[in-house]
Amino acid sequence: MSDYLHDFFDIPSDLQHSWLGLIGLHLREALLPVAAGLLLALPIAQLCVRFRWLYPPVLGVTTVLYAIPSLAFFVVLIDYTGQSELTVMIPLAVYSLVVLVPAIVDGVRSVSEETLAAATAMGFGPVRRYFQVQLPIAVPAIIAGLRVATVSSVSLVSVGMLIGNQGALGNLLHDAQIYNRPELTWNSVITTALLAIVLDALLVLVRVLLTPWMPNRPTRRRPAPALEDAAR
Amino acid sequence: MNVLHFAGAFFSDSAHWHGYDGIPARLGEHARYTLQALLLATAIGLPVGLVTGHYGRGGNALSLVATAGRALPSFGLLVLMTTLLGFGMLPVMIPLVVLAVPPILVTTYEAMRSVDPAPVDAARGMGMHESRILFQVELPAALPLVLSGLRSAAIQIVSTATIAAYVSLGGLGRYIVDGLYQRDYEKVVGGATLVAVLALVTLALFWAVARISVSPGVRRR
Repeated sequence: MSDYLHDFFDIPSDLQHSWLGLIGLHLREALLPVAAGLLLALPIAQLCVRFRWLYPPVLGVTTVLYAIPSLAFFVVLIDYTGQSELTVMIPLAVYSLVVLVPAIVDGVRSVSEETLAAATAMGFGPVRRYFQVQLPIAVPAIIAGLRVATVSSVSLVSVGMLIGNQGALGNLLHDAQIYNRPELTWNSVITTALLAIVLDALLVLVRVLLTPWMPNRPTRRRPAPALEDAAR
Repeated sequence: MNVLHFAGAFFSDSAHWHGYDGIPARLGEHARYTLQALLLATAIGLPVGLVTGHYGRGGNALSLVATAGRALPSFGLLVLMTTLLGFGMLPVMIPLVVLAVPPILVTTYEAMRSVDPAPVDAARGMGMHESRILFQVELPAALPLVLSGLRSAAIQIVSTATIAAYVSLGGLGRYIVDGLYQRDYEKVVGGATLVAVLALVTLALFWAVARISVSPGVRRR
């Protein structure tokens, strides 16, 4: 058993990283694109909220980009950015954009007119209103998008193995085959999955911390719209 | 020499248009993998999503299963399954189904939950049986969202089925993987273009299905 555990964490030296080093590399290759995607998605989403006609074409373009398989995206980019980490990260950033833009637009749009009017009446300018009212209320929707984007990004990094061992934990899959060590495949799959689950749980925690006004348990069934109307 | 140039060279080479490695054959294989995986994933995800959404129970368990499914890396799972089961169709189907079930499951559940409860209560008040409520009241109203879940699952399968080529199966991934090892850029770009086109065709198909199957009363909103 201890032999097996030893083999499990014994990373071949051609990868030039320890197990923890591979995890760090994987985190960097997975999370930087999501961060870049978020930074890009915020202004794009704001434009889509501001100019409604912009939203359908933006949604169309991002959906088409999402349809390009990651492997093809990587290989085509090799021509421009070489067999590097950047080649893996650019497509991941694009994919996260596809998830994040609709999430943010839906979140910001869900802020009620009354809330916006109240903020305006309190003397909030458009910028302050955006950062202190709209964005915080949209946090649950944004985090929901971030969770999907992060988890799929973590899973996709592994494919980078195919373009000159740029797949962090995915590189173990290749070594498992050339050295005939199946335990490395298990290591790759289990570590990647655990990484995704931990990041997902962390994002849930961030949401709970950022939105102290939300009930911890989701409400069971939304009241009928008719009732809401009656209450108004 | 840019991407368009490579794509043009690939598609104008008549050698790429026939035989077992020709575009029609590879396109057919890719479509078959996609369809099989989508049918399997739908058979698993749709009934569970419909029933849990109808009764409004098990949402947390569902989101746990979906997170776990999303967390499993498709590529790693493919290699692992091939190690365990040998070469064949099954080791490719498992990662594709694991990939496709979460979006179907979660979107179906959400779609059923977001149906306006007033008509559902009305149907129940009229004495409709639960199964009739599900299929004749809730499902038609939830259909646009349910279809969008199936659509995103289908797109993900189309683009991920390319990895089947890594374990020596066919499909459009053949061009990408072979091209990569042969340093034949034409092939890679051609393969990538074909997958993107197939994904767009899938989008169009789902748009058409939604157009035909969603009742006009639901669509107008």
